[in-house]
Amino acid sequence: MSMRLSEFPLSYLSAAGTRAERVLPLTWYLLWVAIAVCLIIAALLWIAVRRNPSTAAARTESPQSIKDVPLVRGADPVRWISVGVAISAIPLVIALVWTMVALANTSGPPSNPDLVLDVTGHQWWWEVRYDSTEPAQVFLTANEIHIPVGATVLVRLHGADVIHSFWVPKLTGKTDTIPGQVNFSWIRADRPGLYRGQCTEYCGSQHAHMSLEVIAEPRATFDQWRAAQVASAPAPTTPDQARGRQLVEYRCGLCHQVRGTLAGALSAPDLTHVASRRTIAAGTLLNNPGNLSGWIEDPQAVKPESLMPNQFLSAQELADVRAYLETLQ
Amino acid sequence: MMPEVTTPKIGISGPEHEAKLNELWETKPGILGFFASVDHKEIGIRYIITAFVFLGLGGLEALVMRLQLAGPNLSLLTPSEYNQLFSTHGMTMIFLYAAPILSGFSNYLWPLLLGSRDMAFPRLNALSYWVYLAAGILLYAGFLTGNGPNDGWFNYVPYAERDYNPGLNQDFYSLGMILLGISTTVGAANFVVTAFRTRAPGMSINRVPIMIWGTLTANVANLIVVPAVSLAFFLLWMDRNFGTHFYDPSGGGQVLLWQHLFWIYGHPWVYAIVLPAMGMVSDGLPVFCRRPLVGYALVAFATVATMILGFGVWVHHMFATGLPGLGMSFFSGASFLIVLPSAVSVFAWIATIWHGRPVYRTPFLFFSSMILLFVIGGVSGFMTASVPVDLQLTDTYFVVAHIHYVLIGINVFSVVGGIYFWFPKFTGRMLDERLGKINFWTMFVGFNLAFLPMHLTGLLGMPRRVYTYGAYGGWGPLNLITSIGSFLFAFGLLLLLVNVLKSRKSGDPAGANPWDAYSLEWAVPSPPPPYNFAVIPTVASRHPLWEDRIGEGGIVSTVDRGMLLTEGKQTIGTTAVDAVPDIVLQMAEDSYAPFWLAAGTTIIFVGLLMKSMTLGIIGAVIAALALIAWLWPTVELREREPTHG
Amino acid sequence: MVEHAVSQPRDLPVGPTISQGVGTWGMWTVIATEASLFAYLLFSYFYLGAQGSQGWLLEPHPSLKYALPSTAVALISCAFTWWGVRSVLSGRRSTAVLAFSAALLLGVAFVGLEILDWQSKPYQLGTSSYASIYFVTTGLDLVHWLVGIGIFVFLILWTSLGYFSARRSIVVTASALYWYFVTAIWLAIFATFYVSPYLGFGRWQ
Repeated sequence: MSMRLSEFPLSYLSAAGTRAERVLPLTWYLLWVAIAVCLIIAALLWIAVRRNPSTAAARTESPQSIKDVPLVRGADPVRWISVGVAISAIPLVIALVWTMVALANTSGPPSNPDLVLDVTGHQWWWEVRYDSTEPAQVFLTANEIHIPVGATVLVRLHGADVIHSFWVPKLTGKTDTIPGQVNFSWIRADRPGLYRGQCTEYCGSQHAHMSLEVIAEPRATFDQWRAAQVASAPAPTTPDQARGRQLVEYRCGLCHQVRGTLAGALSAPDLTHVASRRTIAAGTLLNNPGNLSGWIEDPQAVKPESLMPNQFLSAQELADVRAYLETLQ
Repeated sequence: MMPEVTTPKIGISGPEHEAKLNELWETKPGILGFFASVDHKEIGIRYIITAFVFLGLGGLEALVMRLQLAGPNLSLLTPSEYNQLFSTHGMTMIFLYAAPILSGFSNYLWPLLLGSRDMAFPRLNALSYWVYLAAGILLYAGFLTGNGPNDGWFNYVPYAERDYNPGLNQDFYSLGMILLGISTTVGAANFVVTAFRTRAPGMSINRVPIMIWGTLTANVANLIVVPAVSLAFFLLWMDRNFGTHFYDPSGGGQVLLWQHLFWIYGHPWVYAIVLPAMGMVSDGLPVFCRRPLVGYALVAFATVATMILGFGVWVHHMFATGLPGLGMSFFSGASFLIVLPSAVSVFAWIATIWHGRPVYRTPFLFFSSMILLFVIGGVSGFMTASVPVDLQLTDTYFVVAHIHYVLIGINVFSVVGGIYFWFPKFTGRMLDERLGKINFWTMFVGFNLAFLPMHLTGLLGMPRRVYTYGAYGGWGPLNLITSIGSFLFAFGLLLLLVNVLKSRKSGDPAGANPWDAYSLEWAVPSPPPPYNFAVIPTVASRHPLWEDRIGEGGIVSTVDRGMLLTEGKQTIGTTAVDAVPDIVLQMAEDSYAPFWLAAGTTIIFVGLLMKSMTLGIIGAVIAALALIAWLWPTVELREREPTHG
Repeated sequence: MVEHAVSQPRDLPVGPTISQGVGTWGMWTVIATEASLFAYLLFSYFYLGAQGSQGWLLEPHPSLKYALPSTAVALISCAFTWWGVRSVLSGRRSTAVLAFSAALLLGVAFVGLEILDWQSKPYQLGTSSYASIYFVTTGLDLVHWLVGIGIFVFLILWTSLGYFSARRSIVVTASALYWYFVTAIWLAIFATFYVSPYLGFGRWQ
């Protein structure tokens, strides 16, 4: 069952990380109790409705015939209520106690995290800053988070504009990013894999397209990835890349940053290593040349009302920009 | 010289007596009478019709959304269009349908259930309707001009602030909601005072129908919590238009202040829109089970307990906001506890059916199926009470499934059952029983087809409030089923409309008590005369019309002999607990003041919306004049001495 | 043997009395809902303050120069109101008019003092969340006082026209109830905005 469920990337009925796993048994308990209660009540109702049907006269269509069904005299069987409520209270109390335990087990934040991330929710993308005790190891990326398998990762959550909510169902429940305060979440992946996340607090037009991905990988792979991310953008090696870089600096640089170039704005995702990402536009499109071109040429067609305006580049300019961006591994 | 003290004449009715009462109580005919009527029955019908119009509008909005969501990556609607639709749908259903429909039933039925000739404040009753209509029109004026609410029905900041939402959308919503709050508040005042002061003699507090308990509880709550949401919207409007900093962090404001104020109101509100409906079932189901409700006192107590607990759970809407664990634990615990009083009602209803002789009429089908839908909605709510589990469930379609089971299951199914039950009383004709059964099954199957799979959609992680979704989630087929079910459900509601329209003219004549029911409204003709009761009934039990068959002898109620009260438009006032008569109340005549006060107030609000000082002043003058005319003490109402010369 | 209960009350008052009239009950519902409004305003003050950072309190020691006299004025106006009600109940029309007029003038004085207090503040509505909650709370309070003044204008008119007596006095008692309520709200506002900072609220960051 959990194999099948894991095929649904945003389903939380299966877990791949500690924080989500500690909640999963309680989720299933509540679900089974809920289903059982519905079935029992349905059965009681069905029996109640069928067991003492009124006389045939009352079953006809004539509205007068309800008067032919005699009233029931007799005692008030209040026992139903006291017994019913008492029985209902048992799974309820268990749920309550279990909840407190699970809450304590999952609240965090962890005191000695292996990795600290600052995630800021923007309309409609995720800014991710890898913190470090060494300033040179700090870097910015967007929408795609890599973590070592088994590492405890503290996620500090910041709100840049409106409320968003950080959610990676297989790894953790939701925590909002709220302007004016710092919230905390934490994740620890048990096994390697790609875990999808989603903004889950309505935040405007493109709330529907504000996904993120968490990629858990072996320590060595992660270290490699991190080292690559820290590096600045490589110099262009061909003329079209050079032209592309210039366009990126003077056009894209109004909002985006590419470390090592003149593009230094922070109001849109950091693109220094955009070519290394699996998806673009906050998980909306797979990152391949066709989609990249389409996105740059007409972002409003992909994410209407998003904050990236159409650039009106010529075909040559578009090809140059793409050539340069493809070097940003 | 008007008597200051009187001993009311006791007697039985007769044609002369009834003619006199008619003259005293009938609304003026024609269009002027329409605007001046203070007849609670007319006002009740207006509320019901208007609320159903909004149900239809909200339903259309939902159907368009379901077309957009029937498959992945569809582009029937732009994001803006979808976002306004889902927000307006929520606002319409929760504010313009769910509460007003129950007000409508209560307005019509309360004096009849209570053995009284009117509500405590007839003109206030009219005012609450006119303001509701005006607020609904104002809110829809926004929607129809592309300025509808666009931040969900709960409208979180900062997205609602001017920086992110520069258009008029939020201003329409804020001012419209404050205006609507006035309607809710004055209506609540009327219900509370009526419940405590204008019952029939002998209808002690432990003999009132459960619908009274449910509506009374809801309205006491409304008096206390509506100011919270009105304030929330007022502070938002101030932030947007006057540069205040209530919600914006850059000026020392707090984003979460909105959520606290909104949910302090919002959670009790959702109980306010189901408790009266549960009361309708508690009063209607026993009729079709041919026996009294099991555990009346426990059900009454559970009604009040639910609302009291309902004040203490609001933070469960905020579990993901990063609040301290200790606080969240308290609210989580309270959210679990609140299941228990609901369980009381569920078992009371099942026991009533179990130990009764069920008669399968359409109202019975709606009332009994509501129990199952209530439980399904209740258990999904129970699941979200657990903080760590809620952090997975919240903001997914699981919660959407939950809210529709509780809202449609408890409110709509009870209301439609109530229509089938009380339509004969309102109109003197029966609804078509065969069509009624088809109506029921269409609605029941359609609703469950739409919303039962939605639990799974949510468990598979589909987020809420998305105008489209990708194929990656695996939610396509489930969404298609939901869309199909929603159309079937809507068709079912259409059948209700067909049945109502058809039966108004050609339904079987009903008579006073076609269901052989037990409460006082069934003792008067169908439809009731303007004065309700020709003589004031005296009540001796919870089931006045069944006493001869289920009573053990002893004292019984009297409906055909009692106080005549024809020295004017009069009804009897009684003590709060024991319903001992203690005053003869003079009721207000038809008056235009409520309409003009509503009009003036609305003009003020339109002036605020458009930043027009002129409109504001015009509105204020009209409202002030109407208010003065209304409150000017009159001799007829015994508010002052007659002056000499 | 079945006995039919028929209620046959004797000597019932016709039309509203002070204790049994629905008008008094109605005024209590108004009080309940408006008091709730102010409860939420004060909640907002305490919430903003508790969550706020250092320096949230723009006035760590709020000036009582106008607030203290305002409080006195409000309380004295209640005394006059009470006197006016007693006068109506004992049939002394002109004393009642006098008393209500004194209360009205004190009410106007209260409004004047509030406006002077506003003008003396070094901050405006949009300065910060503290300023915003201060002005909106006291502003809504002022609106309630203005409504009270409006009510009393008509109360004085109607009293002088001889409308009210010991028996017909519900309008008087309901109006007085409203006036006492508005004073009670002011006391709560005074305690919150003017007194609680001296007790340490908002200054612990």
